[in-house]
Amino acid sequence: MRSDVTQYELTAPTTLAAVLAQLAAEPGKHTPIAGGTELMVALGVGRLAAKSLLSINHLKELRFIRVDDDAIHIGAGTTFTDIRRNADIARDLPLLASSASWTGSVANQNRGTLGGNICNASPAADTPPALLAYGATVTLISTNGTRTVPYTEFHLGYKRTALRPDELLHTITVPRTFAGWKQHIRKVGTRNAQAISKTALACLAKLDGETIAEIRIGAASLADRPLRCTGIEAALTGLSIAKADLEATVRAGRAALAFEAKPIDDIRSTGRYRSIVAANLLEEFLRSLVL
Amino acid sequence: MPEPPSLIGASPLRKEGRAKVLGAARYIDDIELPGMWHGATVRSTIARGRIRSITFSDEIDWSEYAIVRPSDIPGENVIVHLIKDHPCLADGFVNHPEEPILLIAHPSKAALLRAKAAIRIEYDPLPGVFTIEESEAAVESGDAERIMWEPNEAAGSATFGSANCFRQYQLYSGEAKETEAGLAKAFEEAAFIVEGEYSTGAQEQLYIENNGVIAECFRDEHGNIESLCVQGSMQCPYYLVHALTVVFNLPEDKCRVIQVETGGAFGGKEDFPSVIGSHAALLAMKCGHPVKIVYDRAEDMAGTTKRHPSRTRHRTALSKDGMLLGAEIEVALDGGAYTTLSPTVLSRATLHAPGPYRWPFLRVRSKAMATNIPPHGAFRGFGAPQALFGIERHMDRVAKVVGLTPEELRRRNFLRTGDVTVTGQKLHEAFDMNAMLTRVLKEHGYHEKLARFAEENKTSPIKRGVGFAAFLHGAGFTGSGERRLNSEVVLRVDKATAGQPARVCVLVSSTEFGQGTNTILSQVAAHTLGIAYDDVYLAKIDTAVVPNSGPTVASRTAMIVGKLVERASLKLLETLRTYSALPETCDRDTFFAATERYFAEHETLRTSVRYEPQAPVFWDDQLYRGEAYPGFAWAIYVAEVAVDMNTYQATCTRFDALQEVGRVLHPVLAKGQIEGGVAQGIGYAIYERCEWKEGRMMNNQMTNYIMPTSADLPEIHVHFEEVPSVHGPGGAKGIGELPMDGPGPAILNAIENATGVSFHSIPLLPEDIFERFTSLGHLHGGSEDIDATVDRDTEVEAPEVTV
Repeated sequence: MRSDVTQYELTAPTTLAAVLAQLAAEPGKHTPIAGGTELMVALGVGRLAAKSLLSINHLKELRFIRVDDDAIHIGAGTTFTDIRRNADIARDLPLLASSASWTGSVANQNRGTLGGNICNASPAADTPPALLAYGATVTLISTNGTRTVPYTEFHLGYKRTALRPDELLHTITVPRTFAGWKQHIRKVGTRNAQAISKTALACLAKLDGETIAEIRIGAASLADRPLRCTGIEAALTGLSIAKADLEATVRAGRAALAFEAKPIDDIRSTGRYRSIVAANLLEEFLRSLVL
Repeated sequence: MPEPPSLIGASPLRKEGRAKVLGAARYIDDIELPGMWHGATVRSTIARGRIRSITFSDEIDWSEYAIVRPSDIPGENVIVHLIKDHPCLADGFVNHPEEPILLIAHPSKAALLRAKAAIRIEYDPLPGVFTIEESEAAVESGDAERIMWEPNEAAGSATFGSANCFRQYQLYSGEAKETEAGLAKAFEEAAFIVEGEYSTGAQEQLYIENNGVIAECFRDEHGNIESLCVQGSMQCPYYLVHALTVVFNLPEDKCRVIQVETGGAFGGKEDFPSVIGSHAALLAMKCGHPVKIVYDRAEDMAGTTKRHPSRTRHRTALSKDGMLLGAEIEVALDGGAYTTLSPTVLSRATLHAPGPYRWPFLRVRSKAMATNIPPHGAFRGFGAPQALFGIERHMDRVAKVVGLTPEELRRRNFLRTGDVTVTGQKLHEAFDMNAMLTRVLKEHGYHEKLARFAEENKTSPIKRGVGFAAFLHGAGFTGSGERRLNSEVVLRVDKATAGQPARVCVLVSSTEFGQGTNTILSQVAAHTLGIAYDDVYLAKIDTAVVPNSGPTVASRTAMIVGKLVERASLKLLETLRTYSALPETCDRDTFFAATERYFAEHETLRTSVRYEPQAPVFWDDQLYRGEAYPGFAWAIYVAEVAVDMNTYQATCTRFDALQEVGRVLHPVLAKGQIEGGVAQGIGYAIYERCEWKEGRMMNNQMTNYIMPTSADLPEIHVHFEEVPSVHGPGGAKGIGELPMDGPGPAILNAIENATGVSFHSIPLLPEDIFERFTSLGHLHGGSEDIDATVDRDTEVEAPEVTV
């Protein structure tokens, strides 16, 4: 333990309203903490700058998975384990279920929440690529009410988000419109468990015969934030995967990825490796469309 | 009378297993002493330089703290290992990052954090050397600025060392001049000459429990230091006794050391407890309270020893039919900033460099270079894994050049029973590497896979391959080491008391740290005495009580200490036959009946024995020839790998480990040792890389030092050959280090088989494979380009405040 815990405050308001009131009263002073799988690590190594923590871990109103005709609504306090065990998510949003299954360890999954994974805003986070590809929206709540924004507009830069200091992430809503789409996700981590992504790609495609009618791609660790790869999508939409065209389509996808990806060298891998491996994953997906 | 079932080769429950499983075992951080303070270490932030000033901020009330400076040390400011070049606290000069400069203690652990932040140290930095090559270059170019270590009469290194070099050895397969002449002729007449260079990286031991100790300092009525007591997590309590006698200028019997339950060690608690133990004792002396120092993971990884990085060069002469004619081998180790155990690690590397082969003429030159990195130290295998990686990768390269299969090349050149090794040691005890190779290749399905993978790889994006490594591992101390150690073992019979029947106590300094010492030594004693496993227990390891049976290292506990326990047991039987009419054939009842008769006439019943070689063991330190080890274990390991061409990740998908280790004392523990060692070896080969920057380990966290998890490991199939050896109890030889040797070369050989590309360095990470497969015009490439200062994904930044 490299932090002096006596220098920190932890408050656990009993209701969501009380949390929001406190955030509104002293905006920026408090940091919400749910499962703590990120913040407690930072505390342990002496790097937790936030001195006042507001626990939302116990708030039942943030922990739900609700299914209606059009969408699945997931509370920000829903754990990875909740997501892994939910049959509706497994059926309709397999990419989200997969990404939740490979986060950290089982212990991390029991505590860590979807909201925390999003708000921590690591470019390497596991669930954002799937949520970006699925076209999720996020509902943010404060004492002033709620607002809903497309998830693609949530991440503004490296660890910067659209969340105001008085706001909490309340719900992640994912449309149920992917029946019949080809779906593929792959994470390349440093090892097979308890690993942070070197890169990850979540891919969705709707085919019209042998033509890519629509394609959606979300990526981890290819930019300073979780990335929806609109450039690759634009390059591939309308292209053919017919035998005669496949190689050209693959080349177009790889070229677009090389242009759009801006990965970095860091302690886990190199930018070059991340770019090329992500392109390999994209190629793997495109070739799988033929089968 | 029916023979009781043999305890040798049985698998009784481990002695301390119940306490560990139930959470009752008490490790050092579970122990609190009355009035205990906590200690911390203030460390250097640069690799090399003069300490210009140390400033204590006046925000802190320093009167609450105990502070130890070099001037407080009552004896020598030295951590003694083999020589005396390693300061206990840096005095005016630092030689590596994280070097201890000051020690502080306070009743509250949290108060130490504030105090450490309030001490500012300024330096005049000097240039450092951080690799074997940089260290060599400084010597070759005569760059005095970068000579960071010099031999020193006072430190005891004048005889062996030279600038930037702790130690060198030269091993000849015969008389030096004749061997040189033979080598010259061999290379002249060779049909093939094959050269290769191979390198291995540092590796962190990653014991579950970090280093930790509690020290007490006792004073007499005049206030003089009378004695010390240090308890902690460690392998070699008598090493710490020795270190304390120097730091405190006290006799051995005033420096008491107690080993408490130890959560793994792997060599990482062989030499290092001398450092942390001396530090805690100095703080206890200064503050007058017991002091506990327990490192956290980040401090332990950044500041303590790792496996020595290495570079091995081979030049080999062969006949046209693939017979080895001669070889020149050069081994270089990176020793870090101080000598510590590097000379003995280097010695084991030197002796294992030729592998299990016949060499008509051979020369090995080896050296341990100094660098401005925290000193490297003991780690399972102790130089052998590095050297064996070189020879076993090289043999596959040689096979390719000669046009033989890796299997056939080795078959033609294996050592055989009765052969003489390159040090002149005759291999009396039977072994058969050819038969072992046949067996393990069959167990693995090697030949079938070779054919099948060659076909499947043509179309699959996942390339599969198989490879193997053949090797030997010397058990016990190198050369004259066991003779010098002169280890002692005592057996004591405890009289029956009201609540406790009579028992036999084994007194050794051989520690349990997960590998099974307590269990196997109890088995040996009980088996030899003809009593039950539960009749025997091990004395708590306390140097005030147990004799020095040597350090718990070098695969010597089962073979050397076990043999001493066996001999002490036989001696105890002899005593009872002589004085208490123990019948020639005895059992548990007659044994304890005889001890009762003995106690009727005597107060105590104990026997003691000291080391004696079980066969002629002679070693000439000057010529570096003779019996290098009392015994060798022999092994062949086979790996199957899959290389994913989309991610460049090599994964080990099946592993077969066959070894001849003499008699297996405890099959369950032995299998566990092999499986654990293979897992550690797989990490060494394709996962674990220490990222260094200016001598500092940057990835000193479990999240970015990538040790494989169970999800990354294959099925590991363990097979034994058992040929009893005269050197060990019941025929046992050493086993602990062996499994560390084989996985590295076997896996890289398999990767070459899978991909057709030969790699020469471990760890081999996906980025390295990627760079070889996709030349992007970068000179160095691979994970050398990884920016170790950036860890964007786990960094937690202050949330932005919108005003």
